[in-house]
Amino acid sequence: MDWFDSWALTLAVFLPAVGLVLVLATPKAQEQTVKVIALLTTIVTAAVGIGILTKFNYNRSGSLQFVVNKSWIPVIDARYHLGIDGIALPMFALSMLITILCIIYSWNHFPEPHNPKAFLALILLLEVGMNGTFVAQDLILFFIFFEVVLLPMFFMIGVWGGPNREYASIKFFLFTLFGSALMLLSFLALYFKLGSFQIPELARLHGAGIAHGTQVLIFAGLFLGFAIKVPMFPFHTWLPDAHTEAPTVGSVILAAVLLKLGTFGFIRIALPILPSGAQTWAPWIGLLAVIGIIYGALACLAQTDMKRVIAFSSVSHMGFVMLGIATLTTFGINAAIFGMVAHGLITGLLFFVAGSVQHNYHTREMSRLGGLLQQAPRMGWILGFAVMASLGLPGLAGFWGEFPAILSAYSPAAGLSEGLFRGFMAVAAIGTVLSAGYLLWMYQRVAFGVPKDEFAEAHIHDVGPAEWMAWTPLILLTLALGIYPQIIFGVTDRAVTRIFGG
Amino acid sequence: MKVHWDLHALAPLVAVTVTIVVVLIADFFFEYRERFKTYQLAAFGTLAALIPIITLARDGGTRSLFGGAFVVDTYTLAFQGFFLIVAYVTLLISVDHIGEGDYYQGEFYVLVLTSTLGMMIMAGARDLITIFVALEMISIPTFVLAGWRKHDTRSNEAAVKYFIIGVLSSAVMLYGISMVYGLSGSTSLSGIAEYAGSAGTPALLSIAIFLTIVGFAFKISAVPFHFWAPDTYDGAPIPVTAFLSVASKAGGFVALLNVIFFGFYASHTSWQPIIWVLAALSMTVGNLVAIRQTSIVRMLAYSSIAQGGFMLVPFAVAGVGSSKHASFEAVIVYILIYGAMNLGMFACVIAAMRRTQSDEISSFGGMSKYSPILAVMTSAFLFSLAGIPPLAGWFAKFVMFRSVLDAGTTPAVILGVIAALNSVIAFFYYAGVARAIWFRETPEGIDLRPLKTPFALNAAIAITGSFVLIVGIYPQVIARLGELAGAAL
Repeated sequence: MDWFDSWALTLAVFLPAVGLVLVLATPKAQEQTVKVIALLTTIVTAAVGIGILTKFNYNRSGSLQFVVNKSWIPVIDARYHLGIDGIALPMFALSMLITILCIIYSWNHFPEPHNPKAFLALILLLEVGMNGTFVAQDLILFFIFFEVVLLPMFFMIGVWGGPNREYASIKFFLFTLFGSALMLLSFLALYFKLGSFQIPELARLHGAGIAHGTQVLIFAGLFLGFAIKVPMFPFHTWLPDAHTEAPTVGSVILAAVLLKLGTFGFIRIALPILPSGAQTWAPWIGLLAVIGIIYGALACLAQTDMKRVIAFSSVSHMGFVMLGIATLTTFGINAAIFGMVAHGLITGLLFFVAGSVQHNYHTREMSRLGGLLQQAPRMGWILGFAVMASLGLPGLAGFWGEFPAILSAYSPAAGLSEGLFRGFMAVAAIGTVLSAGYLLWMYQRVAFGVPKDEFAEAHIHDVGPAEWMAWTPLILLTLALGIYPQIIFGVTDRAVTRIFGG
Repeated sequence: MKVHWDLHALAPLVAVTVTIVVVLIADFFFEYRERFKTYQLAAFGTLAALIPIITLARDGGTRSLFGGAFVVDTYTLAFQGFFLIVAYVTLLISVDHIGEGDYYQGEFYVLVLTSTLGMMIMAGARDLITIFVALEMISIPTFVLAGWRKHDTRSNEAAVKYFIIGVLSSAVMLYGISMVYGLSGSTSLSGIAEYAGSAGTPALLSIAIFLTIVGFAFKISAVPFHFWAPDTYDGAPIPVTAFLSVASKAGGFVALLNVIFFGFYASHTSWQPIIWVLAALSMTVGNLVAIRQTSIVRMLAYSSIAQGGFMLVPFAVAGVGSSKHASFEAVIVYILIYGAMNLGMFACVIAAMRRTQSDEISSFGGMSKYSPILAVMTSAFLFSLAGIPPLAGWFAKFVMFRSVLDAGTTPAVILGVIAALNSVIAFFYYAGVARAIWFRETPEGIDLRPLKTPFALNAAIAITGSFVLIVGIYPQVIARLGELAGAAL
């Protein structure tokens, strides 16, 4: 164990907090300094992240690496326990990347009421919570990080959001809080049944020591906590509001990372620790997942606001992720993790573009938009790329998020009804057709044709330098993962097999 | 009986008593313009009284005085220290308010300290008579304090209501205590514990326990015995409200801890259901009514009723053997954390009202514009009260839930779920204030120049604020204190 091994994760989680303190200590008037500090912080954090990526032993990606396990609250047996394995690694990297891109994107256009100092402070705080959640190996620590992201997002929506921001921000918070309160009860129940808060230890027990009935109950608490965050139908109603009202960067972080905290919770905590509870719940999760796929897709078709379309498409896409998880197979869970990363990249890009469209046209109403390809061809093409990726075009990342997830439902884990899951599979397949439909329709309305009269003379900025810098990594990664999905599968597979391989 | 005078054990009480006398006398000799010196004397005495607490804690051990009626152990010391610090912070938040309001300063501090002295006695009281005397000593000065603005009818109403309810509850409690004595033949808690453990639970004992608990329920403003609290909190000067909702309430809870855990514990079949109901009602009613409030002081009054409900939850599950210790510690930890965050909250309200001159939540609109730091601190206390990590409140809620699941019985888990739902409801009104501060515009007529707050008020916010942040990130400090205090059980 050298110095880097034992400090890397701590640095990667808490460097943004150091940056946060520095940002708060800088006078509000020195905007440039504040921006530079925030950007440097995220870059240094990402440098630590790259160090982790290079030093990570990919041959042992099934076991936790860079482990820190120190005493934290001995009175309640909670430990400061961090570690990263193949499941967490892609999400961890994604979270760091997205944070940098968000700061770059905001550089010159902070949403009203401006105030970069507070805005960047919130982004840094978000990064602490996001990075921490993916590497926490103690239930209480996980809970803390899981909750830490709430406040900054609440303020980001509430202060910098759209006209209906107060409603959206409080709704977002109350929904998540409701879930996490019951989740905490479940964590405590696990503790009193199994005597530990350590996730690896609990996962190793694999449910031994808890009766089936109790598992089902405890799983229900965890399910609510995670499913609301994903969000699964019927707990999704906070999402369209939050996305629509949030500033662009808020939407990007919400879609790219925060939603994944829920699915990640299923994979890291609920499934491995309570396997027989998961067995009972899996058909229901699968059912809600496919309802989410179809419902999200149909809802998309009824939207007039571009951001709402993307928001509902998230409900639909996260349905595929959850379907993969519900099969309880290594294949399905690998697909789910891929889907999480792919959705993060692609939907992040979609929200970025939607943000820029709004910045130019001051509206997201698709009936008023049109002719983006004429007025801002580069932006139009990028939107087209993102749309193609999102609808699952083979060769782009979205395909590997959807297709294996559907395929995995063909043969679910032993003990789950094959017929039922094959039914889910068929419905999910219809969902892909619908998603092609609504995405292309959106693209057609926004990008094709000629600009509407009101914007015919408008001066539209095409993709600027900050946008190029923020979007290029997403485009390249979408392409790279689409052509060579093994980049992700190669990392996750060992970890997934180790935990779910039976 | 030979009375053993352990002066070291009594030193904290003596120090406060001396301070009270000195402040009272010195007040006569100061010129009118020098009256603030009484505050300095009072603050100095309060802090000085912490010294013997530290030396006693270093010595360790249990010191039993007056035939076991007064015991000094880790539990007693933890609460005596807590009450002294609360008194000190109360002085900090009062000094400018009282000084500028042209009120009688010396008397004010004397009354605060006298009430504090009662609380410190309560912490060590292990005899029903001592407990009763301590409780009256806590209450009577606060009756006067509630009516401090004597030309204000609302302040008078506050005092009268508080007084009448206080006397009524004392009477009910005393009736219960007399029955307990009649049955057990002892007023000492250990004697009562012995009786409760051997006699089973005769019906008469259940009635006695019921009456005693109802008496306490008034003191800690548990629903349905809460109705005096909002009017009293609203009418009293705000520093007094802070003191009532933190110190006086904590005093009531310490009394309840003593009586339940050291006395009635074995008869848990009779006290557990009563407290279950009180806890569920206090949380739910307190929260639901708090949502409707437009005045921040009334909102905080109902919030403190709801917080009291959360504090009652561990009591309601403590009868299950396995969770006895966890519950005891949970209540202690909850009180300590609640004290810091609620006092901090009131300090922020007092600071903000220097600008808004109104306690309407809407008048706090746009506070982030003229005082960003105060806005951040106010929000921190609000979210801590709501139990959002990484602020101290989460740990208070956590230990409460922990005691519930440690008990693990069906009624316990149901109460836990009720508490979980309530913590979501509570967030709604705490966030409502944060929304006004951050999301709304400043109302007409509010001066937008940066707000300057007096040094003492800033110090109070800094003390409570750093506590809330440090404990939130590293709860071990307070958890360990709770464990040490819990060892006295």
